[in-house]
Amino acid sequence: MANGATAAAVPQSVPKRMIAFIVRWTTATNHKDIGTLYLCTALLNLFLGGTLALCIRAELFIPGLQFVEPNFFNTLTTMHGLIMLFGFIMPVAVGFANWLIPMMIGAPDMALPRLNNMSFWLLPTATIMLVSTLFMDGGAPNFGWTMYAPLSTTYGPPSTDYMIFAVHMLGISSIMGSINIITTIATMRAPGMTWMKLPVFVWTWLVTAFLLIGIMPVLAGAVTMMLFDRNFGTAFFDAAGGGDPLLFQHIFWFFGHPEVYVLALPAFGIISQIIPTFSRKPLFGYRTMVMATILIGFLSYIVWAHHMFTSGMPYGAQLYFMLATMLIAVPTGMKVFNWITTMFRGSISFETPMLFAIAFVFMFTFAGCTGVMLAVAPADFQYHDSYFVVAHFHYVLVNGLTFAFLAGAYYWYPKFWGRMYNERLGKIHFWLSTISVNVLFFPQHFLGLAGMPRRIPDYALQFVDFNFISSIGAFVFGFSQLIFVYNMISSRHRGAPASDQVWEGAEGLEWTLSSPPPHHSFQTPPRVD
Amino acid sequence: MVGLFRALGACLLLSPALAAAQINMPRGVTPVSQEIYGLHMYVIWIVAGIMAVVYGVIIFSLIRHRKSKGAVAAKFSKNNLLEIVWTVVPLIIITAIAVPSIRVLINMDDYDAADLTVKITGHQWKWQYQYLDHGIGFFSSLATPMAEVLGVEDKDEWYLLEVDEPLVLPTDRKVRFVVTSNDVIHSWWVPELGIKRDAVPGYMYEAWARIQQPGIYRGQCAELCGVNHGYMPIVVKAVSPQAFEQWVAERAKAPPLAETPKDWTLTTVMKRGAALYDQNCAACHGYDGNGMPPTFPALRDSSIATSTDVNRHIDLVMHGVPNTAMQAYAPQLDDEELAAIITYERNAWEHDTGDLVLPAQIQARRK
Repeated sequence: MANGATAAAVPQSVPKRMIAFIVRWTTATNHKDIGTLYLCTALLNLFLGGTLALCIRAELFIPGLQFVEPNFFNTLTTMHGLIMLFGFIMPVAVGFANWLIPMMIGAPDMALPRLNNMSFWLLPTATIMLVSTLFMDGGAPNFGWTMYAPLSTTYGPPSTDYMIFAVHMLGISSIMGSINIITTIATMRAPGMTWMKLPVFVWTWLVTAFLLIGIMPVLAGAVTMMLFDRNFGTAFFDAAGGGDPLLFQHIFWFFGHPEVYVLALPAFGIISQIIPTFSRKPLFGYRTMVMATILIGFLSYIVWAHHMFTSGMPYGAQLYFMLATMLIAVPTGMKVFNWITTMFRGSISFETPMLFAIAFVFMFTFAGCTGVMLAVAPADFQYHDSYFVVAHFHYVLVNGLTFAFLAGAYYWYPKFWGRMYNERLGKIHFWLSTISVNVLFFPQHFLGLAGMPRRIPDYALQFVDFNFISSIGAFVFGFSQLIFVYNMISSRHRGAPASDQVWEGAEGLEWTLSSPPPHHSFQTPPRVD
Repeated sequence: MVGLFRALGACLLLSPALAAAQINMPRGVTPVSQEIYGLHMYVIWIVAGIMAVVYGVIIFSLIRHRKSKGAVAAKFSKNNLLEIVWTVVPLIIITAIAVPSIRVLINMDDYDAADLTVKITGHQWKWQYQYLDHGIGFFSSLATPMAEVLGVEDKDEWYLLEVDEPLVLPTDRKVRFVVTSNDVIHSWWVPELGIKRDAVPGYMYEAWARIQQPGIYRGQCAELCGVNHGYMPIVVKAVSPQAFEQWVAERAKAPPLAETPKDWTLTTVMKRGAALYDQNCAACHGYDGNGMPPTFPALRDSSIATSTDVNRHIDLVMHGVPNTAMQAYAPQLDDEELAAIITYERNAWEHDTGDLVLPAQIQARRK
């Protein structure tokens, strides 16, 4: 405050301004503020989880032990998984939901703004608790994000109990968030915004919210039983006490498989918004898209044990889970075909969001195809727990979903902040990411087929070449994301002002608002015809 | 698809060795592994076809229907016939995949009429093999020295895929496996036999193999099982039935329990104990005896290793500590080996208790 003349107008000292800043964000109930909080937290966690991933790839660069001990390696894979799933992909989807759902349905805010604040603030609290285990005696959880008993119960480090409580808090946060989203969509649509006029993104989130309410309590139950087995002498998962280690896997995957679609459906929603815009053509088969979303949601509940083909299930169960899993290919296929037909005979332009969306369709289709391979139960006896599976689900989660969220970030950035991002940097980011992410994960299919198990810190000499290539891809991909962050931050003030509609082909209520939209938008509901 | 994989492999050519690097699933040497391989290739061709169509249409649209080429957007947004077609066609495709899969699944599940049965038990971090029809049993653990892992010595051709004692099996005989675990969940995976079975405590999980050609087949534990998950390989040595009978006969002649060997002195026993300690104990308790507390306690300066009550130390090593990672070593190691390890622990790391444990002391405390 060297310049007393200007400071006099707003008489605030630095500490006071800091307090005001903290109070503004901790007490925020506005859906846009909370959306921003979610998105920023997700970005931080992306870099945290990514740093752990780079440590893994550094260790796997060449065979032998170079940087980390085997125990810490297990910690790295566990924390990387937990942070990326619970700290990055879920929050980034909730961030978009908070920002967009009220604007897309013509509502002034979320239905339950204070609950919204609490849902958010549980997230950083739980994340900090989870990350703090890295600094505890005995190390952080080291049994994989799947926390299979009895490795996590009888043999887990003491910090496991902190992880359990963190998972509880994350679950409560997700459930409250989901209640809020369902209530908002059910009760706050603008006049004339009928169910079958809802943008596909809103539909996907509605189904996602129902999935979350169904599965989060199950996960909470699983980790509570873990807690009891660890501390209170029960034997839910201890064979010696009459319990069943496979019970844990069934409960976990009853949560875990729908969880995949919790992550994927919002990304499908984003792609369904972006592709029509840049194809300048309405979304093909809206009704099928909605039906497919609901069908995927339903099927995701009844296929969980395809993660357990090698765990020892009766033949009949294997047969059932194989066939049910294959069925998911049908609604998922519908979605892909609809996206493609939307592009077909459109008038396509290639701005950064569209580039990411097209890359999503390519790579997600590829991931879907390896998914069909994995569903074939007899062949899964070779694929299971190998790098083929690692490659498959990273194609889903990174090449697929993360690309969709990056597409969404570029697509709505001008709307959220009123300024265009730097298109040239966006394209550089796109090409670097797309090439490096394939160099990173494609060779891992070969590693898995050749027999490399997942979650090993060291490997036999036949796996040297592809691990080397994969690690190079990992570092290029990781550092490319800094371009994204730079673009987002620097364009905030230096970007060209954005028009209200931003994109020539954009349609929907959010594009009728100014860019950036007023802090409280749609105070009077718009009419939708 | 395979062609595509190969082409990509060639593009990424980085070292001469890459040309030899395996990029596909092995065909294997058992009927099951070959059926799995056939199924795998069949599905790869189907999904390659799907991808060709999907990618073809996208690329066509991206080239022909771009705004910069003056494309004007059509207005259609529905076509019922098309949507029915792409619901029905995938259903037909998955039926075409499911039918042969079911056949293979049935065959995999046929454990009857086996010629011999091997019980496989996973331990942290070694495999125990018991030939139930022959009364033979032994443990099989990693033989790669630590110096290779840490890069002090050059890595051997079969780095991390070599064991002290392989599982010997006859060719042309139906071998039935029953897989279980003593502690956490492991997974017994040998790609060339087409077998991956999780070893779950409290469960017996079956598998079978009829190995068609003699040879050495290597695999690894596939389910995360703790610190040394990456260091519990599997080596199967398949020999002709005659050679197998011969091996059984030799193996059955168990060497009589030796008296205390003549050279049972502190110096020689310490040397032997150090090697055995590195192989069996160091994973948890550390090469330096510092462990990883609190899960894996330090042995250095621990009351058990330094007190005068030797029997307490012997019991702990032999019978383990229930509900902890400390397993019972009495069934895993013989009297001399246990005596050597305990002697080592009582004299290493400046403990210098001077205790020399005798094999007879171990034998006396076997339950």
